[in-house]
Amino acid sequence: MKEPATSAALALGDDALVLSHRLGEWAGHAPVLEEEVALANIALDLLGQARTLLSLAGDEDELAFLREERQFRNVQLVEQPNGDFAHTIVRQLYFSLYQQSLYGQLAAGDSPFVPLAAKAVKEVTYHRDHAEHWILRLGDGTAESHARAQTALDALWRFTGELFQPVEGLPVDFDALRDGWLAEVTAVVGRATLTLPDGPRSGAWTAGAGRQGIHTESFGRMLAEMQHLHRSHPGATW
Amino acid sequence: MTSTEWPLWEVFVRSRRGLSHTHAGSLHAPDAEMALRNARDLYTRRSEGVSIWVVPSTAVTASSPDEKDPFFEPAADKPYRHPTFYDIPEGVRHL
Repeated sequence: MKEPATSAALALGDDALVLSHRLGEWAGHAPVLEEEVALANIALDLLGQARTLLSLAGDEDELAFLREERQFRNVQLVEQPNGDFAHTIVRQLYFSLYQQSLYGQLAAGDSPFVPLAAKAVKEVTYHRDHAEHWILRLGDGTAESHARAQTALDALWRFTGELFQPVEGLPVDFDALRDGWLAEVTAVVGRATLTLPDGPRSGAWTAGAGRQGIHTESFGRMLAEMQHLHRSHPGATW
Repeated sequence: MTSTEWPLWEVFVRSRRGLSHTHAGSLHAPDAEMALRNARDLYTRRSEGVSIWVVPSTAVTASSPDEKDPFFEPAADKPYRHPTFYDIPEGVRHL
């Protein structure tokens, strides 16, 4: 039986690790060079968070490279494929707003996560700023960018409910987190002349079971790529 | 990139203990806000306590290399232009 703090560290660490890997896939493929640097910067911040968090739970390399898909505890949102640029930005918007509130609460609290949260909250504030600026540009840009941003908001919406499922050992008020998150997302999306999904689609607000190790299809392929070398040469130092 | 204009911006950075902004380089960005953010990533690595200026390159007027001689001809042969012949009076400090 794992200690509560360990499972919480795994959950947050896996979130950061998986999203970092997804952002890393953009290297060499971003729309412009400057944006490539920004995405790589965010990926590096997240990888740093993942290293700290996974080290709290055990050996970071073993945890990253030797666990199977069913042992990962990240939310399904972060494992979603990059899609087009709007998809990546919406995923980033949903997640960085969540991370900012979460780390804000953790930094103000009293838990093993305080030092990490105090450092990470500055990073995720920057990530959020980046995502916000882009959603405003895409939403209020051309008809094409508006349509793509709206498609991405709709497509990823059903993975957001999972963000607010309580995590064992994480001293966070998840109801307050959800309310604050929803208010902020609604405000930003409105300013971007976009709308949050409603109607039947929001029924999936409760979808996602990544915290229980149930993942979506593309996640297995992502792990295969990420873990390939380590599994081919077990025990090697690098 | 083909359908959007990403003009060139000049970036000036003052480091945390620096006295003045120094030209750090240039970058492409759609507007000043994005230029600031890109400059932070590219030229400051987000260190705290730095100040960044971004200026659209078109706003900079440069002196012309062709006029260099008349423009910058040193006035060394006009010693009366240089305040070098004064004895500093006693009692004047920090000069």
